[in-house]
Amino acid sequence: MRQTLFAQHFGKPSNASLAYYLTAMHGYASARKALSEMTPDQVIEEVKKSNLRGRGGAGFPTGMKWGFIPKQSEKQKYLVCNADESEPGTCKDRQILTYTPHLLIEGLLIGSYAIGCKHAYVYIRGEYTHEAKVFQKAVDEAYEKGFLGKNIFGSPYSLDITLHRGAGAYICGEETALLNSLEGKRGEPRVKPPFPAQSGAFGGPTAVNNVESIANVPFIISMGGEPFAKLGKLDKSGGTRLISLSGHVKKPGVYEIQAGELTLRQIIDDLGGGILNDRKLKAVIPGGSSAPVLTAEEVDVVYDIEPLMKIGTMMGSAAIMVVSEDADLVKLLLRITKFYAHESCGQCTPCREGCQWMESLLHKIVHGHGSTDDLNLLVDVAQNIGGKTLCALGDAAAGPVISFVKKFRPEFEEYIKGAKHHA
Amino acid sequence: MAKILPEVFYNEMKKLEPRYPQRKALILPALHEAQKVYGWLPSDVMDEVAEFIGVHPAQIREVASFYTMYNLKPVGKVHLKICTNVACCLRGADELMDYAEKKLGIKKGETTPDGLFTLSEEECLGACTTAPAMMANDEYVENLDLQKFNDFLERAKK
Repeated sequence: MRQTLFAQHFGKPSNASLAYYLTAMHGYASARKALSEMTPDQVIEEVKKSNLRGRGGAGFPTGMKWGFIPKQSEKQKYLVCNADESEPGTCKDRQILTYTPHLLIEGLLIGSYAIGCKHAYVYIRGEYTHEAKVFQKAVDEAYEKGFLGKNIFGSPYSLDITLHRGAGAYICGEETALLNSLEGKRGEPRVKPPFPAQSGAFGGPTAVNNVESIANVPFIISMGGEPFAKLGKLDKSGGTRLISLSGHVKKPGVYEIQAGELTLRQIIDDLGGGILNDRKLKAVIPGGSSAPVLTAEEVDVVYDIEPLMKIGTMMGSAAIMVVSEDADLVKLLLRITKFYAHESCGQCTPCREGCQWMESLLHKIVHGHGSTDDLNLLVDVAQNIGGKTLCALGDAAAGPVISFVKKFRPEFEEYIKGAKHHA
Repeated sequence: MAKILPEVFYNEMKKLEPRYPQRKALILPALHEAQKVYGWLPSDVMDEVAEFIGVHPAQIREVASFYTMYNLKPVGKVHLKICTNVACCLRGADELMDYAEKKLGIKKGETTPDGLFTLSEEECLGACTTAPAMMANDEYVENLDLQKFNDFLERAKK
């Protein structure tokens, strides 16, 4: 039987209350245990054992990230929660913020204690106004009960949490852009090194973690790192995964599975109820719009970080967008590319210029004026962005272009031959 | 310079000041708060925000112009932002946008002559499993179809 940690609490707005959290979810028992019975190092050790990997997209082990924060520091240390959720296709953190905000607060409390942070920030995307209100209300409740503030649970440890709203910029999901935005600057990614663990928010050592990553921490402390790791079916990824399943499926939604439990096909058929209008599957974007596309023949892959990497794509933020035979992939790629061209912060030439060029070439092809040279140039431009920029946005823009053209070239050629001029 | 931002702005800022180790971190919250008052960010308002925070007015403009949620020109009473990103697009967002343009008699980026509606194209809102979706001011409207969009417009007009 599938074990889930979050899903059973989603769906009812009243579950966001502290009363529900305390009674139905043993709320704050993990934080109490961590602060009174465990040293910060023991907490980090437990999270390392859990095989919790970053849920924002990169899949970096959370415990290891916390281990990078220096024990001694003259500067204030910070834990910053990335609630910018902006990778197209992704809407799972929104569920946590809406229905289990106290889980995130408790995770922040435990994580902050582990790295020695006295003030944690939650950077939430500006559009999530409702979620921000729900979360702020939960923070206020936690302060009232003494779960935040001075001398929590009678311990010497004190913590403040501040909610900081973004203002509409995809790039702020990139951790150093997010830190700049928190500091009141344009959301432009920083040159690394120094990495945030050395110099992050306001110049202090900083860990930046995704909402879902942090919200898993109370479970790790209550059940123990090893049992949490065993929830994952493969060796390297522990716990469960929240999946945002969208596009051409009968039952789109945010689902929770044990890591590595299902193949992509099982997710589409068993959870999603199959393809909308019983059409044929054409393509799947398996990890947010930055993930290279898969064909219908490739979906028997186990849905976890390593198996997807092995076939040249990525799990990213676990956002699966399903595309049926009804969709026009050339137009879809134009839409994806337009997004990256719009969201490129403009600092790095290959990304700023490359994204614009890819968009105009695709525009030309879609409108029936493209040539085979244009198609080759499109791929050439994409290949010259990847790996040449400060942050991953450039790679994110290049991946879809390269994979769409490689796997669905005949559709592009049809436009070039003039068979499709109706755009 | 006479102050134009209301007391509610300054009260809110006073609450936030102790929460940041650097004053500049107040820029995003201050711009949000100012926009709440005026619906957009007029030039003299941005100047006052700059003076309050203690930075050059250009620094405020450089930040305000980076983020799409800050309106640098006036918008209608109801700002409709229709997501046309991948997940919404697969669920009919393009048709919805065409319909909205026809229905309102404006193109995306424009405001109706009566000042009631501004129509914008939005990037992914994080409502992918309830697509297509739009924002109307601060509110999400999800699982949209033409009928639901129409009903929303009728309600908003009242």
